[in-house]
Amino acid sequence: MDDLLNEFLTETNESLEVIDTELVRFEREPNNAEILDNVFRLVHTIKGTCGFLGLPRLEMLAHAAETLMGTYRDGAPVTDDGVSTILMSIDKIKEILGELEENQVEPEGSDEELINKLLSLAGVIEGKRPQNSVEKQDEETKENQTKVADQKLEKNIEKEEKDDKKYNNIGTLERELKPGEVSLEELEAAFQNAEGPDLSAPEEKSKKKEKSTSAKVKNGAKEKSVANQTIRVNVQTIENLMNMVSELVLTRNQLLEISRRYEGREDENEFNAPLQRLSNVTAELQEGVMKTRMQPIGNAWNKLPRIVRDLSVELNKPIDLEMVGGETELDRQVLELIRDPLTHMVRNSADHGIEKPEEREKAGKSKTGTIRLSAFHEGGHIIISIADDGRGLNTEKLKQKILSQGLASESELEAMSDSQIHKYIFHPGFSTAEKVTSVSGRGVGMDVVRTNIELIGGSIDLKSQEGIGTTVTVKIPLTLAIIPALIIEVSGERFAIPQLAVSELVRVSQSGDNRIEKIKNAEVLRLRNSLLPIVRLADLLKMNKMETNDAPKENKGNPDSTFVVVTEVGARSFGIIVDEVFHTEEIVVKPMSGMLKDVSMFSGNTIMGDGTVIMILDPNGLSQSIGQSNEEPANDDVHEEKNIKNENDEISLLIFQAGNKNPKAVPLSLVTRLEEFDCSVIEKAGERHLVQYRDKLMPLVYVDEKGKEQKEGTLPMLVFAEGERVMGLVVDKIIDIVEDRLELQVESSMDGFLGSAIIKGKATEVLDVGYYLPKAFEDWFERKEQVRPRARKLLYAEDSPFFRNMIVPILIGAGYDVTAVEDGIEAYELVQNGENFDIVVTDIEMPNMDGFTLTKCLSEHERAAKWPVIALSAFVGPASEKKAKSLRMFDFIAKFDRKGLLDALKRSEQFIDVEVAA
Amino acid sequence: MIEEKNENSAAGRGQQYVTIRLGGQLFGLPIDKVQDVFMPDNFTFVPLAAEEIAGVLNLRGRILTAIDLSKVLKVPAVNETNAERPALSIVYANELYGILTDIVGEVITLDDNLLEANPVNLNEEWAKVSVGTYRLEKELLVILDIDVLIETLLNKKAA
Repeated sequence: MDDLLNEFLTETNESLEVIDTELVRFEREPNNAEILDNVFRLVHTIKGTCGFLGLPRLEMLAHAAETLMGTYRDGAPVTDDGVSTILMSIDKIKEILGELEENQVEPEGSDEELINKLLSLAGVIEGKRPQNSVEKQDEETKENQTKVADQKLEKNIEKEEKDDKKYNNIGTLERELKPGEVSLEELEAAFQNAEGPDLSAPEEKSKKKEKSTSAKVKNGAKEKSVANQTIRVNVQTIENLMNMVSELVLTRNQLLEISRRYEGREDENEFNAPLQRLSNVTAELQEGVMKTRMQPIGNAWNKLPRIVRDLSVELNKPIDLEMVGGETELDRQVLELIRDPLTHMVRNSADHGIEKPEEREKAGKSKTGTIRLSAFHEGGHIIISIADDGRGLNTEKLKQKILSQGLASESELEAMSDSQIHKYIFHPGFSTAEKVTSVSGRGVGMDVVRTNIELIGGSIDLKSQEGIGTTVTVKIPLTLAIIPALIIEVSGERFAIPQLAVSELVRVSQSGDNRIEKIKNAEVLRLRNSLLPIVRLADLLKMNKMETNDAPKENKGNPDSTFVVVTEVGARSFGIIVDEVFHTEEIVVKPMSGMLKDVSMFSGNTIMGDGTVIMILDPNGLSQSIGQSNEEPANDDVHEEKNIKNENDEISLLIFQAGNKNPKAVPLSLVTRLEEFDCSVIEKAGERHLVQYRDKLMPLVYVDEKGKEQKEGTLPMLVFAEGERVMGLVVDKIIDIVEDRLELQVESSMDGFLGSAIIKGKATEVLDVGYYLPKAFEDWFERKEQVRPRARKLLYAEDSPFFRNMIVPILIGAGYDVTAVEDGIEAYELVQNGENFDIVVTDIEMPNMDGFTLTKCLSEHERAAKWPVIALSAFVGPASEKKAKSLRMFDFIAKFDRKGLLDALKRSEQFIDVEVAA
Repeated sequence: MIEEKNENSAAGRGQQYVTIRLGGQLFGLPIDKVQDVFMPDNFTFVPLAAEEIAGVLNLRGRILTAIDLSKVLKVPAVNETNAERPALSIVYANELYGILTDIVGEVITLDDNLLEANPVNLNEEWAKVSVGTYRLEKELLVILDIDVLIETLLNKKAA
C-alpha cells in the first residue's frame, strides 16, 4: 500500500504541474479543445486513482473540478472566475497531497465550499445548496455512466498503469472518441512508425500524417516517446554512482602514476594498452554519470506560467510569458538553488517592470506586456536572462533613493554611469517601488537574489533602458559537483580556492615594483589604480603555530617574493598571501562533515589525484573574516572611527592652500565633501556670500578674505555638514590627501589655525574648524584663545562621529592625550581593563550606556572615583543639571560651548593638581 | 508480541564489544556500530576545527572525519603521531567518522545483564559518553555510547 501511495503521490504531483501550466494556456486559448482534453484527462486520472486508493476527500474535489471542466468541454463559455476556481481546487489538492505524504492518511476537513463553487459554476447546482455525496452529483451531471461503471473503468486504468508503465503519461479516455481524435492503439501505431532516439524525429514523421489526426498525434507521440525513454531513478542511487566514479577516477590516476614509473622498461607495453582503455572508459563513465544529474532548466520554470497568470489577474495587467531554451540542462543541485531567485525576478518584472495597460498604450506599446525568459549554455556556464519590455529603471528616482539612503554622495553619483547606478538595486534594503504590494517592494529582494546566486558561484548583471525595458542576466556554473580550483599551499598544507573567485595572481617582492606596504598594521598592495587589502592565509587559518615544520622555512628563506591570490567576492576584492601556488585542477566537491560545518573558511573538501583530502576555501567566508575592508568606505563610519580612536595613530588629512603658499591641513573625517563652484553662481546677502546647494542656501566662509573679491573661475571649497546645517569653506587649492600623525608642534599665532604640525615632512598649519563654523552660523559656537595645560590623559565618550571629530582636535589642541570611545560601555570597559585617565569628558545622550550611568559606574570604581567628569550635552536644562550635580559631576556644559569646555578643563586641572598634592 | 520480546532479550543477552585501550583504560564499543578497523594515513589537518578533530582523510573514496578519542576523554595518548594509531570507522547520520585510539584489542561477548551503571563519582567527560561498566576478571571495561559521543561533538560545534 505504501509503495502504491508513494507512486501515486509522485505521479499526481507531476500531473498537477502539467495541469497548472496547461490551464493557464487554456485560459488564453479557450477554444483549444486539445489542451482542455489533456487537463480533463489528467484530473480524471487523479480522481480515478483516488477512488481506487480510498481517498474520498481528494476524489470529491477532483470530481467537482472535472465536472466544471466537462461543461467547458461541452462548449460552455470559459470564464476567468471558472479557471481561477479550478486552479484553487488544484492548489487544494496539492495541499491535501502534502499532508497525505506526511501522515500517510488523508487529512480531516471539508472542501464543501470549494466544491459547491465549482458545481455552481458548472451550473449543476444553484447557489450554495449543500451537496454531500458524489453519487448524487454524478446523477445530476447526467454523465452516461453509473458510479459502478465509473469505478470499474478506473480500476482498469489502474491495472493498466500497473501492467504497463508506458501508459502512465497518457492516461485513458473514459469516453468515446470524438471525430478527429485517435485511440491509444492508433497512437501506439503512429509511435511505432517513428523511430530513433532523437526526440524531434517522431514529431517530424508524424507531421506527414497530420491531415487526419492533426495535432493530437504530434502531442501524443512526443509524450509517448519521452515516457518510453525515461525511467525514474532514486537520487541517492545517482549520488552513490557519482561517488563510485570519483573513486574509480582516483584509482585510475594511481595506476597511471605507477605505469609512469615503469616507463622505459621492457615490460612497459604489457600495461599501457589496457590502462589507456581503462582511462578512456573511466573518463566517459564520469561524463555519463555527470549527465544523469543534469536536468532541463524548464523544471525550475514550470511554476512560472501560473505565477505570472495569477499576478496578471491580481495586478490587472495582461502579461505574456515567453520561455526559450527550457531544455538547457544543468546540475539538479544548481537547479534547486536557482528556482527561488528566478521566481523572485520574474515576479519583480511583472510587478515593477511591466506598466499598467493604460500607461503602455500611452507609451505606444502593445497593451500586453511581455516577460521573456531564456537560457543557453556558454563555456561551462549557463546564462539565464529575464527580460521585460516594461518601463525600465528610473535612473533619477534611483539616484534620489541612493542619496536618501546615504549610499553614495551626489558627486559620486555624478561620476557614475547609468548602469553603475542601476546596480544599486542589488544593495541590501533597496527598493524603488513607491508602494509595497503583496508581491514585491519590501526592499528585501534583489540583494537576496544576488547573494543566493553568488553563493553558488554565479554572477548577476542588469541592463535597463528607461521606457524600453529591463534585462537581468544570470551566469551560473553548470554544476557544483565539479569545479575548477586553484591549488595553493600554506604552512605545508594544501588548499583549493574556487577558480571563479580568483581574478589574478600577482608575484610580489619587497624589492620589485609590486611590494606590500603597511597602513598601521593593515597590509595593502598597490595594484594598478587601486589599493588592495592583503591578508595572510596562514593568519586567517591560525596556522602560524605550525611554523615549526620545515615547509614555512622555504618561505622564510625567501621573504623577498610571495604570491598574492587576488580574489573577488561580489564587489569586493582582496589579496591572499600564500606560500606556494601550484596549478588549476578540476576538483570534485564533497560536502564537509557536520562537525566542521561551522568553520566558515571552508566550503567543502575534495580528494586529490594522490588520494589525499584537501579543504576547499570559501571565498565568502574569507571575505567576511577580513571584515569591512574596502567596501563602500563612505558608508562605513564604524571602521573609520576605529582609526581615530587613538589619536597617536595616523589619520587622513586633507592638504590645501589658502592665502599663502604654505600647506594647510584639516582632518579629512571632518570634511563632508569637496566641491567646486563657479564664481558666477555665488549670491550675496549683505556681507555674506551664499550658494545654492541641494535646494538650500549654503553660507560660504573664506579662509582668505581676499577670495571674496574673485569674480571669475571656480572656487574650490570644503563642505562641512552637521544635520541640516551646511557650510562651505573656500580655499585656494586642494592639494592632496595624506595619512600621517597629527601632532601639534607649535601653537598658532594666527586666527583660524590650531598650530603647526609636521605632515609628510613639511611644516603644515592645522585648520581650526571651530573658528570658521560660527562665521557661518553664529550659534555653532564661539572661539576662545588657546589654553595649554600639561598633557593629561583624557577619556572622551561621544556617540556622534561629527562631534567626536570636532571636539577631539580641540582637546588635543588644548594639550590632552585623548582616547575617544563611542559610548559609555566602551569607556567603562577601558577603565575596567586597567586604563588610567586623569579626566573624563562624556556626552549624556548615548546608546547602550548614557553619560549619567557612566558617571555613576565610575564613581563606584576604586581608581576612577576621583576622576573629574565633565558632561557635554546638547540639552542643558535644570533637570539634567540637577542630576549632574547629584552625581557630583564636575561640570555640565553645552556641546557648542567650547569656551565653557576649555574653562572647565582648566578648572579641573587645578582640581587634579590639588588631588595629587593631597 | 510475546515472541518478539523473547527474540529481543535473546539477542540482547550476548552483546559483542570491540575493545580498545586508551591511556591504560579498557573501553568497549558495541560491534554493530563499528564498520572497520584501519590504520589511517595521509591525514589532512583542518585549521580552526575543534581540538577533538584530528583531521580528515580518504577512506576508500569517502571522506572520513577523524576524532581523537584521547582529546574527547581528556586522557594522554600513548602515541602522539596520528599515523601510528589505529582507528575504528563509524557511520553516524550518513557520515563517516574515525575514532583514533591507542590499541584495538579483541572482540568479547558479554551478558547484557551484567552491565552495571557507572559509579557516581566518574568524571563528567566520561560519564556523558558511556552507558555503563563491566567488571571483567582483571579489570574494568567502560562501554562507550558512540552516538552520544558524536552527537556531543556535533552540538559542541554548533554552539
